[in-house]
Amino acid sequence: MSETAAFDQPDPGPSPQGLNQAPPLELPPLGPRPVVAFRNVSIAFDGKPVLQDVSFSVAPAETRILLGPAGVGKSVLLKLVNGLIRPDQGSIQLFGQEIATMPESQLFALRTRSGMVFQEGALFDSLTVRDNVGYQLISEGVRDDEIDTRVHEALRFVELDQTFDLYPVSLSGGMRRRVAIARALIHQPELILYDSPTGGLDPVTSTTIIELVMKERDVYRTPSLLVTHRLQDAFTLCTHRFDKDEGHMVPLPEGVTNPDTTFLMLEEGRLIFDGSLHELLHTDNNFVREFLE
Amino acid sequence: MATYSIDRTAKQLVLTVQEYSLFAYRAVLNLFSAPRYWPEFLVQSDIIGFGSAPIVIMSGFFTGGVLALQSAATLSEFGAAAVTGRFVSITMIRELGPVLTGIMVAGRNASSMASELGSMVVTEQIDAMRALGVDPMRKLVTPRLFSCITMLLFLTILADAFGILGGAAVTVFMNHQDGTQYFSEAWEHLRYPDIIQGLAKPLFSGFIIASIGCFYGMRTSGGTEGVGRSTIQAVVTASVLIIFVDFLVTQVLLTLLPPL
Repeated sequence: MSETAAFDQPDPGPSPQGLNQAPPLELPPLGPRPVVAFRNVSIAFDGKPVLQDVSFSVAPAETRILLGPAGVGKSVLLKLVNGLIRPDQGSIQLFGQEIATMPESQLFALRTRSGMVFQEGALFDSLTVRDNVGYQLISEGVRDDEIDTRVHEALRFVELDQTFDLYPVSLSGGMRRRVAIARALIHQPELILYDSPTGGLDPVTSTTIIELVMKERDVYRTPSLLVTHRLQDAFTLCTHRFDKDEGHMVPLPEGVTNPDTTFLMLEEGRLIFDGSLHELLHTDNNFVREFLE
Repeated sequence: MATYSIDRTAKQLVLTVQEYSLFAYRAVLNLFSAPRYWPEFLVQSDIIGFGSAPIVIMSGFFTGGVLALQSAATLSEFGAAAVTGRFVSITMIRELGPVLTGIMVAGRNASSMASELGSMVVTEQIDAMRALGVDPMRKLVTPRLFSCITMLLFLTILADAFGILGGAAVTVFMNHQDGTQYFSEAWEHLRYPDIIQGLAKPLFSGFIIASIGCFYGMRTSGGTEGVGRSTIQAVVTASVLIIFVDFLVTQVLLTLLPPL
């Protein structure tokens, strides 16, 4: 996939009438409309560029894994997706709406259509797990019994139903991430943003989290953007599928990878790779090769 | 180099004032449109009002007592020890009640607001709230602002009352003067301009405490160290501003409502 795939139009070919002709009519976009589309997005903090000229898209049912070493702007990019941060330049479309210049009051409504899992979970310390997971429903004034039912459902999805009445402080790091995933999923979002969901966790807990990400991808086919610097997690997502009948992930046959799971890679604020696992493993880019090694 | 530094500091100061003004304007404006979080308002009123009552009562009582002790010694030199009640009540109601209450509540609540919101910022809870479609300004700042203004009014009345009682205790039990005379002096010479002045000031102090506490909390950066820095800045700025605004309000009210 090219770096600007979402905006690519078919080449109309050379004009037989020469150059002195009116510009060609804009062609309709190819394929389904992307859920997220970045076009030449740049942002700087205190004069220091963090992201430069970044363009990519997330298609419906697609899982995009954003790779890169620490401090290259992965989390910043994720926060740009749902308007938590504004870009200095460029266009960001979320669910087909331009959000780079959208007023904050309108963004609140749009954000409720997406779910976000933060790096450390970002659970509200003063609220129980029930109130954390049902936060959005409580804000919307949903009836208490319906909130309880839906919170139990979301907690069962992450296999933490027993934590319903607990406070976040009594949960382990991995449990907090799983509760954060439940909170992001309770509203059946049209897009999920995962910010390093396995960062700082032990391998077993990381696998549990990745299995949940995979379950959401394969059972509900929710498009997502996942930030990570752990290659193992990224490769597991590509080479496994969630088996609904068995209730856990199973490996895909040898040489087969999930076609809807693709990669993006950042280096010093620039997007240097956009493509499939196969393309990632066979790229000539030295930085990517070094990162993989 | 020095000029550059002064220039940068001045620009930073102007920018901070501008950001604070916009922040306070938005916090006030939120009250006039939905959604409003009334349960948050009640919770904050409980924390600020009932939570601060003991320290306000104690500081008011002992301040009134000290005023009576100090004034009685001086007034007796002129044979005017009988007017201690008048002196204590007017000083407490017009000046010391509002200012002391403001500073005590600033120390307790501006710091707690800055540290609570600051912690929420550095642990991404504020971003999580925004990502869940809830406006943190409406949910966290506006209820704190209006509950602080409301509660400071009542806390000041409490401080005034206990200040006068503290003065009475000293007058009766330590200076061995007549209690009826004390209360009679305290009551008879009180005028409406005194009360208006005493009750106008906490409105400004309450606004300063909550808006400064929340402002520094919401702009916290730099992890846990940043939370500590925001807390200190909030308390220091709020305390200084309370005294400065008290001076301005006193000047304005003395012009508008001159003492009889």
